[in-house]
Amino acid sequence: MTILAQSNDENLSQILARYDHNPANLLQILREVQESQSFIEADSINYLSQQLGISRADIEGVAGFYSFLHLQPQGEYRVLFSDNITDRMLGSQLLMEQMCQQLWLQPGKVSEDGLVSINTTSCTGMCDQGPAMLANGRAITRLSHQRVQEIGQLIRNRTPVADWPADFFQVEDQIHRSGPLLDNQLTAGDVLRQGLLLGSKAIVDVIKESGLRGRGGAGFSTGLKWEACRNAQGDARTVVCNADEGEPGTFKDRVLLTRQADLVFEGMTLCALAVGAQQGFLYLRGEYRYLLEPLQDVLQRRRERNLLGNNILNQPGFNFDIAIHLGAGAYICGEESALIESLEGKRGVPRNRPPFPVTHGYLQQPTALDNVETFCSAALAIQLGDENFRAIGTEKSSGSKLISVSGDCPRPGIYEYPFGVSVKQVLQDCGAVNTRAVQISGPSGMCIAENEFHRKLGFEDLPTAGAFMIFDDSRDMFGVALNFVHFFAHESCGFCTPCRVGTSMLKQTMDKIAAGHGTRHDLNEIEHLDQVLQISSHCGLGRTACNPVLHTLKHFRPAYENRLKSLDFEPAFDLDGALARARQMTGRDDAGAHLKSEGI
Amino acid sequence: MSDTFQLDGKSVPFEAGQTVMQAALAAGHYIPHLCYHPEFKPHGSCKLCTVKVNGRTMASCTMPAEANLSVESDIDELNDLRRTLVQMLFAEGNHFCPSCEKSGNCVLQALGYDLEVHTAGFRHMFPERPLDFTHPDILLDFNRCILCELCVHASAEVDGKHIFAFSGRGIDKHLIINSTSGQLKDTDMALTDKAMQVCPVGVILKKRVGFSVPIGQRRYDKSPISAQALVDAPRTGAVHE
Repeated sequence: MTILAQSNDENLSQILARYDHNPANLLQILREVQESQSFIEADSINYLSQQLGISRADIEGVAGFYSFLHLQPQGEYRVLFSDNITDRMLGSQLLMEQMCQQLWLQPGKVSEDGLVSINTTSCTGMCDQGPAMLANGRAITRLSHQRVQEIGQLIRNRTPVADWPADFFQVEDQIHRSGPLLDNQLTAGDVLRQGLLLGSKAIVDVIKESGLRGRGGAGFSTGLKWEACRNAQGDARTVVCNADEGEPGTFKDRVLLTRQADLVFEGMTLCALAVGAQQGFLYLRGEYRYLLEPLQDVLQRRRERNLLGNNILNQPGFNFDIAIHLGAGAYICGEESALIESLEGKRGVPRNRPPFPVTHGYLQQPTALDNVETFCSAALAIQLGDENFRAIGTEKSSGSKLISVSGDCPRPGIYEYPFGVSVKQVLQDCGAVNTRAVQISGPSGMCIAENEFHRKLGFEDLPTAGAFMIFDDSRDMFGVALNFVHFFAHESCGFCTPCRVGTSMLKQTMDKIAAGHGTRHDLNEIEHLDQVLQISSHCGLGRTACNPVLHTLKHFRPAYENRLKSLDFEPAFDLDGALARARQMTGRDDAGAHLKSEGI
Repeated sequence: MSDTFQLDGKSVPFEAGQTVMQAALAAGHYIPHLCYHPEFKPHGSCKLCTVKVNGRTMASCTMPAEANLSVESDIDELNDLRRTLVQMLFAEGNHFCPSCEKSGNCVLQALGYDLEVHTAGFRHMFPERPLDFTHPDILLDFNRCILCELCVHASAEVDGKHIFAFSGRGIDKHLIINSTSGQLKDTDMALTDKAMQVCPVGVILKKRVGFSVPIGQRRYDKSPISAQALVDAPRTGAVHE
């Protein structure tokens, strides 16, 4: 055995020991291997397979599922430009091109000296301070021509990312309007003390009475969920906080985890008390890796104050602790059953339901899984009492809601409103003018045009997980839909036929229209694909993947039709385009190297 | 007396624990399906067996049967959907039926005929998927893989070998082999494995067998899959967990 191989095995065995050699921690183990090695080597997989008793193909399968895990050599520096439409609107594409030129490489490839690789990644949740990127997994905001040039220099000089200027990594909260959640002055432990006085059943009753509904978008009654989990048969209950904030345009959980981490953990511990759980997880999206250490500090402080651990607040038998698991670049893991699969160290593929997580969740045991903001709101409901909580918001949407505002407006950031605020009001508050459209709740939500700006955010009218992307009249709404369609194709887990193939075909057809080869036939095909996706997809991703196209077609059909050729059919194959490779190889680009007409 | 549900207006009896698909097949009613295999726990990925229950669409192979459900299956809307899904699977891979050893025995092809898929429907994607011909007795032609997962389950649950798994995501999802080289020759796969028998298409093939049964006399040449599936359906049966 060479010294190198030996030290690699040592590194791996340390990682394995940190995770108790538990196969359910496979994703966390792979993530740490990736952090220490820049890619996961075949030998490492063999070693892990031996030690964990999982087949090597299964390990490779898990690694191959997540965007941030690599099985092939990557650059020493791995640069990923956030590719949400809001980053693009702030010029991210040009900046990426600039960096590729500066460092002499093509996107998606490793530079010849193995120094750097540059690519795009799905929205990193910095839409209010973009364009953004991840450099070896660390979030960088406010990219500019100059900042990109500086980063290029630092990479050339092989300066470790940890030594880059601190202001590159500055993430601002940008709170423009606050309310009972963001202004909360909770003294850690207060809500738990109240909870202990109430008793576990009464906690569930207060949450039910408060009318609190899940803030992740689906809006299921939190109280009913907790009650079902409490009543489910099982030996070990689990509380899971979904901090996999992957919906493009959403970044409010990032701010809650930064500003109100105690409130989040207080809500989780309250839930544990209510349902009788001893084990908790916070599933944090990989893009928020920088929050891991600060959050762990908060957890440690809570342990020291007897707010986590055994006999919490001296209540005999009230035992609960929270571990943080990181995602690794997979939007689908925001879906609750896919998240649980991922927590178990598997590919993030949504499960068949029923059974639901409340009865068969983590390791098939009863699991209460809620969004970050939901746990905060639950703590708030106990703090205020159900009546006071219900007094905020509307009849069917009680409480307040954090809105992540980004796009064309002078004051992007976080706005907390009671439910029921109108789109118009939000636009006014953030200073947006000449607004053409707003994408509510991200690509999987709704795109609304000016004639609908009177509509209200809430479960009665416009349900939202919090994203609010603004497009003014200079924006091409076809381009917006195109970006979202690419997003869904990239994030489809590939389990079911309609979503795996359908999102990819939708992308191809939209690309064809974008390239100027589209016809009416293609619009018909889009509508056909939309239908197939909606009625037969396995989970919400596929069912909503066509929303961006359907909604923009409804409101902005001319944006599509202007691009069409007036033919009934036009093949996607572009004869002149097919010669591009030959031109590149011969270094020719004169008129003689082109065919006269486009298409066939 | 057992409970019943309604399938296209007909009464179907079921036992506790059966899915809509299992009960329907046992009672002699055909619902088109591809990734469902009577001997394995259904997982519902191909979506061909999508039915409408009280107006909601769901995969019948994973949906638990319940008393008095009203299930619609043989209706234009769903048969159109199934045709489209078959077209999608054809477009996703590289399927050249005339030169395929599995022609006539292939479930995808048989469904294509039975559902009257007359056109390609979509632009084909022509993915690059190299063959694995390294094993002395077995050929793997990934061009035809429809990601049904049956070989993964057969190898893990029946053969106890875990030879197959999936990697990648979305349209890049693909079958991988459990060896450092990634090649089949470095596994203990054998001709007698259950995994040899379950591939509904022509991915896993025995070498040195070519057209020993002439085309025209093969399984689905004799009777369409809608009839054959009912012959094959177990009236009661053990499912590999």
